[in-house]
Amino acid sequence: MPFIPHTEQDIQYMLASIGAKNIDALFDEIPAALKSGKLTAIGDGLNEMQVSRLMHERAAQDKQPLNFIGAGAYEHHIPAAVWEIATRGEYYTAYTPYQAEASQGTLQTLYEYQTMIASLTGMDASNASLYDGASALAEAILMAVRAHKTSRRVLVPTSVSPLYRSVARSIVKLQNIELVEIPFDIATGTTDINALQQHAGSDIAALVIPQPNFFGALEDVDALTAWAHAQGALAIALVNPLALALLKAPGQWAEKGADIAVGDGQPLGAPLSSGGPYFGFICCKQTLVRQMPGRIIGRTVDLDGKQGFTLTLQAREQHIRRAKATSNICSNQGLMVTAATIHMALLGIDGLRRAAAASHTNTQALTVQAGGLHGVKRLFSAPHFHEVVLHLPGSSAKVLNSMAGQGISGGYDLKPHYPQLGNAILVCATETKTNEDLQRYVAALRHVLQS
Amino acid sequence: MLIFERSHPGRRNAAQAVNNTTAVSGIPATLLRQDQPLLPEASEMDVVRHYTGLSQKNFSIDTHFYPLGSCTMKYNPRACNTLAMLPNFLARHPLAPESTGQGVLACLYDLQEILKDVAGMAGVSLMPMAGAQGEFAGIAMIRAYHDARGDTARTEIIVPDAAHGTNPATAVMCGYTVKEIPTDANGDVDLDALRAATGPQTAGLMLTNPSTLGLFEKQIQAIQSIIHDAGGLLYYDGANLNAILGKVKPGDMGFDVIHMNLHKTFATPPGGGGPGAGAVGVAQRLLPYLPLPVVAKQDETYRCFTEKDLPQSIGHLSAFGGNIGVLLRAYIYVRMLGAEGMHRVAEFATLNANYLMAELHKAGFTVAFPQRRASHEFIVSMKPLKDATGVSAMDVAKRLLDKGFHPPTTYFPMLVPECLLIEPTETESKETLDGFVNALKEIRDEAYAAPELVKGAPHTLPVRRLDDVKAARELDLIWKPTTSTRAA
Repeated sequence: MPFIPHTEQDIQYMLASIGAKNIDALFDEIPAALKSGKLTAIGDGLNEMQVSRLMHERAAQDKQPLNFIGAGAYEHHIPAAVWEIATRGEYYTAYTPYQAEASQGTLQTLYEYQTMIASLTGMDASNASLYDGASALAEAILMAVRAHKTSRRVLVPTSVSPLYRSVARSIVKLQNIELVEIPFDIATGTTDINALQQHAGSDIAALVIPQPNFFGALEDVDALTAWAHAQGALAIALVNPLALALLKAPGQWAEKGADIAVGDGQPLGAPLSSGGPYFGFICCKQTLVRQMPGRIIGRTVDLDGKQGFTLTLQAREQHIRRAKATSNICSNQGLMVTAATIHMALLGIDGLRRAAAASHTNTQALTVQAGGLHGVKRLFSAPHFHEVVLHLPGSSAKVLNSMAGQGISGGYDLKPHYPQLGNAILVCATETKTNEDLQRYVAALRHVLQS
Repeated sequence: MLIFERSHPGRRNAAQAVNNTTAVSGIPATLLRQDQPLLPEASEMDVVRHYTGLSQKNFSIDTHFYPLGSCTMKYNPRACNTLAMLPNFLARHPLAPESTGQGVLACLYDLQEILKDVAGMAGVSLMPMAGAQGEFAGIAMIRAYHDARGDTARTEIIVPDAAHGTNPATAVMCGYTVKEIPTDANGDVDLDALRAATGPQTAGLMLTNPSTLGLFEKQIQAIQSIIHDAGGLLYYDGANLNAILGKVKPGDMGFDVIHMNLHKTFATPPGGGGPGAGAVGVAQRLLPYLPLPVVAKQDETYRCFTEKDLPQSIGHLSAFGGNIGVLLRAYIYVRMLGAEGMHRVAEFATLNANYLMAELHKAGFTVAFPQRRASHEFIVSMKPLKDATGVSAMDVAKRLLDKGFHPPTTYFPMLVPECLLIEPTETESKETLDGFVNALKEIRDEAYAAPELVKGAPHTLPVRRLDDVKAARELDLIWKPTTSTRAA
């Protein structure tokens, strides 16, 4: 019996203590008509050797193409120590730190995380994480609406990831919150200020400001933040945390800074893993702390006045407030945050800047080299971080498919979500790519376009 | 000591420097950062020692008995971690072509099929990233179902007062109002109150069975008739699925939708608070509304359903496919257990709970429902001890830490005063359970002989009891270099 330690002798002793004649008798309160027969979809159990064989075979089916896709999930080097430590049993198999005295390891790690991410975003406070970047955006929108009090309209540029917009819509629409899409400028690839201006003077709860946006383009965040504040709306920054090693922090946007900053923490130590687990982060100004959902760790003292850490502001949460809670969230992505904290500590700001700078430079180099191919051009004029949109002379789907045949994931096809851009793909070359990798990309693209 | 206090200006980790420059060209200065974020400057060994040391301040399943009621803290097999972290699984980009992910998709498809069988449901989506998100998906599907039929006058979700707090919070997030109904003296749903609460305004009922009181709701057939006859749907909160795994299928009890906490029943790691996974299962009539993606198998090829396949779906709740790495761990676990092992989970979880309850009852502790079978968990009330000695359930919990046991869940459910909700799980041995009984007996003796000792516990942990009021009143959520600190 896998993972069940009982001997026959134990079972008999325990049943005698209970006064039950067999294990079946323990289920005698369940109406007989409801009892199920054998499970049929599972088959016999596998021992560890057999399941290991199975999983190695399955993993071998998954090829590892040379990856140039970003679009919200980025391939970065993760120091070996990160997951060595994060998967220590003491982190891996601890629960939510309800018993603070027995959870100081997790609690202090989360407090250090809150400090690091709040500093990267330039905000006053952070929670202990949310599920992922997209659901964090949805929570930020809900939070802004709670804080704003009069408006249930939030402006969301179409330069925000379509995947994120779809998630936000699924989550907030049930509370009658209206998401208004703001188009982007077809020349720059950034939010169209003129289109935004049409909403001036109306009651708006918040404006979402992506930096970089989905196209990798850098928005005029100062102008957008100032515009939101002039309308009495909150500014929600949607940011890549690695980019913040180089870019101006949301807390410093315009005069007053963004009010809420969210994003996906995946670039900080989470493997791509087909999409998860990652983690979402949410940071805010001090005045909004009590509107923030999720677990929050605070530093305090014990009976002897010694420093310690504990879950705090729990009066916002579902297990206390039930129907009146700020959110139904009760978990965070603790283990991913543990990894991210170790990752940030190992790299330090210098290491993060180097990774960010190398990603920027590699993408720039790839853009120049690919742009030299006949008919390939960069689509948007705004400066970029580590992704660009390339316009191809032929069907984007066919080109990407052919490149896949050469073992290269050549980019993300924008056509399904942005048909107005034609044969456009979103390409990313992080610090993991060498000059040879870039050359291989360009050679493959040239080959595909010529054939 | 905090990692920031181990920091020394100018210390670099050359091994982790991927580039020889931090300079960038092509980004205007107005968009660049001018300040220095507060990240430590520490050597790799400093960092490894710091976080290894911190980890050692945790209680965990790997180090301690952790009978936290409603959390199913069972052993997390190491093979699940090792095999879910095979390099090809970790390296795959979520937007890479499905042809490059047939291995992982096969695992997910198989897991869907297995969970369908366990839940007695017609379809499963693995996407929700936690139990609470599974609840959201479930209630959103109930709403989509009513809306699609033009049945828009249903505005209420009924929730028993013993329910997890997430239930009412979820109903509100889905745009419903909550009607709470009481529990009767036997620990079951009060049927008269349920009948009175149910009507044309009822969208559905959220129920955990076994309930948070650790009791199997015997009247489940009557409950489902009341709700279904009124046109409502039944939601199953799968937090306690471990108790009935392979014994009763929620679908057979009449539930229309269920979430399953894979980080409980299916042994994926709690991780200090996540990542979890809250797969949802649905009966036939809710199939069109499942959250995306759902993995489909066509001619031995696996692919993910999109809006085109499920146009009435409640949509995506995560940017990609949910917590895939967690799902892989659950898949490896169920394959190791097999059908026989799955049946045994509920059997031995129930055996352990009933044995522990019997031993504590014999030792003179106050069991909340001695006339009932325990499911996989049960409640002991410390009210008599508190009345006699002033020692509360919280004091007992803290003293357990000194004895090397993580305490049970305290003060939940609120229906039983001074309660401990105890869930031993199937992976614990008789010796461990006996040790736990002895520890509680010792603590009771201490409560009479030296109550202050218990009230002042814990005495042997890295910190003593913490000032939660100060934590909430004088918020200190991030470290600042100027803050004065006392070394921990």
